[in-house]
Parts: sequence; structure tokens; C-alpha cells
Amino acid sequence: MGVAAVLPGPADFAAWRNAARGLLAAGVRPEDAEWRVAGDAPGLFAEDAPPPAAGAAFHVPRAFVELAEIAIRHSDPERFALLYRVLWRLTHGEHALMQVATDPDVVRLSAMAKAVKRDAHKMHAFLRFRQVETEAGTRHVAWFEPEHHIEEAEAGFFVRRFAGLRWSIVTPRRSVHWDGQALSFGPGGRRAEVPPDDAVEPLWRAYYAAIFNPARLKPGAMRAEMPRKYWRNMPETAEIPRMLAEAPKRVAEMVARGGSAPNPNPQRPRHLAAASRVAADMDLLDASTDPKAALAALARELAGRNDLPDFARRATQAVFGEGPIGAPLFFVGEQPGDEEDIQGRPFVGPAGRLWNRALGDAGVPRDEAYVTNAVKHFKFAPTGKRRLHQSPDAGDIAYYRPFLLREIGIVGPRLLVALGATALRALTGKAMPVMKTRGTIVDGPEGLPVFATVHPSFLLRIPDQDGQQREYAKFVDDLRAARAQVH
Amino acid sequence: MDLKQKLEILADAAKYDASCASSGTAKRDSTRGGLGSTEGMGICHAYAPDGRCISLLKILLTNACVFDCAYCVNRASSNVRRARFTVEEVVKLTLDFYRRNAIEGLFLSSGIIRSPDWTMEQLVRVARTLREDHGFQGYIHLKTIPDADPLLVEQAGRYADRLSINIELPQADSLKALAPEKDLPAIRQAMGGLRARIEGAQDEARGARRAKAPRFAPAGQSTQMIVGADASDDATILGTATDLYAGYRLKRVYYSAYSPVPDASRVLPPIAPPLVREHRLYQADWMLRFYGFSKDEVIAGGEGGMLDLALDPKTAWALKHRTDFPVDLNRAPRERLLRVPGLGAKTVEKLVAARRHTRIRLEDLARLRVSVAKVAPFVVTDDHRPRLLDSAGLRERLIPGTAFAAAAGGGGQAGRPVQMSLF
Repeated sequence: MGVAAVLPGPADFAAWRNAARGLLAAGVRPEDAEWRVAGDAPGLFAEDAPPPAAGAAFHVPRAFVELAEIAIRHSDPERFALLYRVLWRLTHGEHALMQVATDPDVVRLSAMAKAVKRDAHKMHAFLRFRQVETEAGTRHVAWFEPEHHIEEAEAGFFVRRFAGLRWSIVTPRRSVHWDGQALSFGPGGRRAEVPPDDAVEPLWRAYYAAIFNPARLKPGAMRAEMPRKYWRNMPETAEIPRMLAEAPKRVAEMVARGGSAPNPNPQRPRHLAAASRVAADMDLLDASTDPKAALAALARELAGRNDLPDFARRATQAVFGEGPIGAPLFFVGEQPGDEEDIQGRPFVGPAGRLWNRALGDAGVPRDEAYVTNAVKHFKFAPTGKRRLHQSPDAGDIAYYRPFLLREIGIVGPRLLVALGATALRALTGKAMPVMKTRGTIVDGPEGLPVFATVHPSFLLRIPDQDGQQREYAKFVDDLRAARAQVH
Repeated sequence: MDLKQKLEILADAAKYDASCASSGTAKRDSTRGGLGSTEGMGICHAYAPDGRCISLLKILLTNACVFDCAYCVNRASSNVRRARFTVEEVVKLTLDFYRRNAIEGLFLSSGIIRSPDWTMEQLVRVARTLREDHGFQGYIHLKTIPDADPLLVEQAGRYADRLSINIELPQADSLKALAPEKDLPAIRQAMGGLRARIEGAQDEARGARRAKAPRFAPAGQSTQMIVGADASDDATILGTATDLYAGYRLKRVYYSAYSPVPDASRVLPPIAPPLVREHRLYQADWMLRFYGFSKDEVIAGGEGGMLDLALDPKTAWALKHRTDFPVDLNRAPRERLLRVPGLGAKTVEKLVAARRHTRIRLEDLARLRVSVAKVAPFVVTDDHRPRLLDSAGLRERLIPGTAFAAAAGGGGQAGRPVQMSLF
């Protein structure tokens, strides 16, 4: 025996849910239930009142509720029945049905929800307000023809966006009004209720025509995203026939004209700062006497090289050292990492922060330490949103070695501290095992002593905490021993 | 010159910048005053007959420019008419269009006049007036001038949702030849500076001092590369793009086919824009970001450092790696499903979820609106085993018989807009 459920409105999800609960509790099979909206013509089971909503609760997946709330706004008269059939299946042994995206009922329900969402999105996009002056002040009024029952659901979007305006949206089925304080809904209206034009529209149409590039004609792509049915309520679309008609001629003219002669009166800089060449020359003058200027000149020289390794061209900038001129301890790391490359400063990344902490724990005052890298550019391999560090090879180290040696010459330290294998190689000119050399003094450039220890990134790579602490303590000991060499 | 004429000149001058996004910024609305809202999803308020989305009022403050970039309609030596908006005119146009629900906000750029700082300050002033004097809550995208004072950049980031610096050409030598005033290292450093500020603001917003978080470009930064103005191949373009994504965390790299302009330079005479190539680059970009491919893999699908124009790069890659196929839709891990031509990321998620409860058959793909002709040669289902995987004619069969495929051969104009889902 069939029953009929009569809903008060075309998109009333609460009422549908209530009725569906009742039918489900009474065990009414989907094929025995008929769904109507009040005011529709009566159907087959017109005489049967729906069973009352029962207290029994039914557990259905959240995914169903979320989809159903949207799909119920679809204009297809069968939407209520489809929803009830899916609900029936979910509560009769197919609890995972929503995950079976290939099931025909799920496919249909998803397609309905998608169509409703698209309709809503197009309403947000293509609805145009016209501004009218009334005795009660300025109002914004729009006429729109949605395909589905979305007026009430989408009113909130326009409230959030235009809360400070007073507006009305009129559609064939409903009208929505916002008076600056509250929403109200009324019956549908006619297009004639909305003013036929607006003072700003000529400007908007001019913009629409001017932003179009005639050399990229793709009218099919335009119609796919902006179907013709929306055009009559969008003032700018009146320009389309002219734009399409003129485009080929405009492009042909551009191509036929070819390159044109430069303007005899080109735009000229009026207040552009003079090139900084004078300042650069000043630096060069000072470089022989002022170590800071000499370091700046060295950095400029590197930037100006046209034989930089390929990876250097992909880095953000060369990173030179930091610290006081004349610092007795000269620390050399491997190369700038991701953060150093961005900031243009050495030892500001994770390994650098660890080195800084160890320096403090070893009691080395910052004004005794200058810190730099053997290689001055970040060598990396891009992976998605990260740049993975790549070790510099012997050729890379050799390329930057003269710059490192001149940096040492300018700073004038008493002890060079090699942090890791790359630094050790750069300072001694040969490959040496760090772990065996660690804690000892070897010969460096110009007879300067080199004290070897590990790179702080080695500490970061130790997996277990005990090992980390043990190695950190050894590293601090090394730094303390290095300092003892110069005191 | 009246406002309409200015608008026509300064919109015309701005249209070669492909960026149109209005998505991904912080959520805001006007229920506590002001005008406008941003809800995460971008909105295209209209489409022009070039298939491009019109989301923002995209204009230049002025098309006067002292830079002489050969590819640019506004270069110093061009004969185009020059115009200049006042700050108030841009503000009023933005608000007037916004109130009619015609735009999501403003994308403001400018030719370089006087000095980089002076120009940047004008851009910032527009954004500040919109935000502070009118409580504008809509979307603002500001072009950033690489050499501008860091203080101005900081202000720009406070008012704008997105900032962008256009790299324009994928390598330093091309820039030197075609845009002598532009400086690639300076552009990189400026992008690095933006990344540092954007991440700083994000960290701050996540941390305890939420209320005091200084806002900085919540929708991130993007850039644009022109395709076909210089001799760079696709490998170079995608190599630069991957470095930019990884190094500066760009939200988007836009590829813009070099297009005829009304007053082209003799250095770069007008040509038909390489639209198919541009489209393939966007598809390749998607493969890099969402499908787990490396740049070298994508490029290996083509020949000599160029992508295959006749086929989408995923199909092109698969045809050259046939031993990786067929993929069993009922058993293969997600990463391998993502590599199947014709299967988009969403479809893959649906298949992975569905196959826990049911067996996948070929007809299921059709229900999910997947192109069975495209997918079938590469997959195994309960009712299907591919037979043509080793066939020499497979490539010909897969080249779509659409206007797009015809255009791919002739360098013509067709195809879906780049904002569409691409597989």
C-alpha cells in the first residue's frame, strides 16, 4: 500500500528528513512512497497521509546528509524519491554505499548536488545588481533566473558580501530582500521589476571589451563556462557579437603592421635614482684600506662572474660571512641552505641555530667568531615545495676556494675552524676524513692552523635522542678546545 | 581624456598578464561593516571571448613606463597612447563595479614611472584607501616592484591578498636581451623576501599571538612567464617553474603565450600566439604539482626538451613508459593510478574509496565521466584487459580528433581555458 509525503516547500530539507524518518520507521519501501510539494497536483497515492514521524533515530553517514542537503534543491521532481531510496539502502545493509562512487544512485545524487552547486556558483558570479535611487535611499536590485531552488540557500552569500547595502534579488520563483538588518523572502517576480540600466554599466561594458585579447579567440571556452542562458541578464554580453566580429580584422592588422619603429619621444626616467656606479667606485677605492668595503667588493665580484657554476644561477643570492673583522676564530661551514639563501645571511637555518647554541654553551663570545661557508651559493634539487640540499662536489669547492681564501685574508683570523668535510677540503685543499681529523690541528692556507670538527647538520641527522645529546656535548667540547687554541 | 577612455587604455595595457585568481585568501565579510567578502573559492564573474575568466578589475595605474621590455605593449619606446588614473579614480571604479557584483576585487599593476618607490607607493595608496577609508573586504592583488623599498612592500602585503612579481622570461640571458632594465637576481631576491614575510605572517597567525599577527598577503605570491618570446625550450621553462615553486613557495606560475600587441617592437614582431604550447605547459605544471611527476619525467614525454603538442603530457609520458602499464584499477596503489592518462586526482580518490566495497569495471569509469577511450589502453579491470598497449598505432589512436588536435598541428587557436580541470 503506497503512501504520499507532502512537503511544505521545494527545498525544505528538515521537512523531508522528518517525513523520511516516519516512512523509514513504518518500513515503507521506496517504491511505495510518493513525494510531492504542497500545491503540486495529487498523484497515485493521493489519499494516503504520511505516517507520523517516529522517535526512532537512524544513523546515516555524514556524507549522505551533506549531499542530501544540497541535492534537495535540485529542480528534478524525483529528487525526494531518489534521496529516500538512497536512505533506504543505507539503512538496509548498504551502510558504505556513499563510498561507492560508481553506484548509479550515488552517481545520480552526486550529479544533482554538483548541478546545484554549479547553479549557486553561477548565481554568485553572473548576477548583476543595478543601482536605483528611491525616496528611501539607494537600493541595489537584481533579476536572476536560477535553474534550481537555491534562492534561500544562497541569500546568505549576498548578505555577507553586501551587508552594508540594501538590496533585492528577484527570480521567477522567489524574491529576496535585505534591508541592512534582516532578510525577508517574497513571491517571485518579473524581469520588468528591475530597472533596465545603470549609470556604471557603460564603464563596465567598456572594461569587458578592453580586457579581451582578440589574438586568443576561444568562444567555445567562453560558452562552456558562461552558457548563453545567462547572457540576457549580463549587460556586458551585449558587446560579444561586435568583439567576435572585429577580432580577426584587429589581429590581421597587427600582424600586417609587423614591428613598428620606436617612438622618437620615448618615455624617459625623470626622477630615477642615478645608477649606483659611483657608489661602487667608492667601495673599490676604499677596498684596499677598509675591510668591510673589501668584503662588499668581493661579494660583488662573485656576483659579476660569468663563469658561475649552473647551480649558482638558480640560487637567490651569494651568501658571504658574518662577524667582526679581526675575529680570532673563523668558522667555515659547507654552503648556505634554504633559509640562508632566502635571507642572504650565513648560519640562520636549523644547523646554524644549533651552532649558535653550541657556541654559547662553549663560552665562545660572538665577537670572537666570524662564520662563513666554503661554497657561497645554495646547491639544491627542487621537489614540490621544498629544495633539497645537494652536497657540493670537488669542482664546486675548488671554484669558490679563491673567494674563501680572500675572505680569510680580509678578516685576518688566528684559527680556522672547519665544520665538516666540505670545509676541511676547502681549507686544506685535499679530501680528509673528518672523524679521524676531528679535534686535531692541520695545516691550512698561508700557514694558518685549521681545527677540524663536524658540521652541526650532522647532529641534526642523528635519529636517537641519547646519541644527539652525546654528539652535541662532543661538539661543544670541540668548540671549547678551538677557543683554547687562541687564548 | 574621460574616465571611459582611460579605462579602455589601461585595461588594454593590463590584459597580457594572465593572472586572474581570486581564491585562497583569508575569509572575510562585511557583516561588521564595510563592503565585500572573500570565502575561499574564487569567482569568475564573466568570461571574455578569449575564454579567459574575468574575476578582478585588472588595470594599470598608468601605462607610462621607463622600462623598454621588447615584449611589452607599454615599453618606453612604444607608440601607444598613454594614460594615468588617479588613486581616487581606481578606488571609485573598484567600488562601483564591486557593488554591482561584477568583480571580486582589484588587480592593480603599473608601468614604472619616476622611480620604483614612487610607483609602488601609488599602488599601495590605492589599496590602503580601499581598505581603510572604505572598509573594502574584497580581494586585492598588487603587482610588486622588485626594487621597491622594503617598507613599501610590507605595507603592500598588509593591504593585499596576493602579491606578484613577474619573472617574464625563464632565463637571465633572455631578460638581458629583451628586458634590459630587468634584473633576474633582484627579482629572485624580491621573491625570497616575499616568501620570508608570507611565512612569517603564517607562523605568527598559527602561534599564540594570533590577535597581533601582522597580515601579509594571505593568498601568497605568484608570477608569470611569457612563452614564445625567446628561444627557451619547455624544459627550461618548467625547470625555472619548479625552482620558483620550491624556492619561493609560489601559489601559481602563469604561462602566457606571447601575443601580438597593437604596437609591437621590431625586435619581436607579432606572431600567432603559441596557445597549444601554453596549454601543454599548464598541463605539465599540474602534473608536477598534483600528480607526483618530476620535471624530467614530464619532459621525457616529448622530444628535444619540448612537450608533445599533439597529446597531453600525461598520455605522452605513458606512451613512452608502456612497461609501467597496464595498471590494475582494483589493486594498484594510488600513486600509480595518478599516473594513468585520463584519470584526474578526484576520480582516483573515488576509485580508491569505491574499490574497498565493490569491484571496478570499465562501465564504472563511464559513470564517473572518465573518457574510457583514453583510459582503457592503460588499465586492467575485471572485465577488461588492454590489447593495444604494444601497438605502434596506439599514439595515433589517442590523438584526439577534435579541433584542439587539429590546432596542435597548425599552431592555431582552440582548446579549453587554462582554468579548467586539465585531465
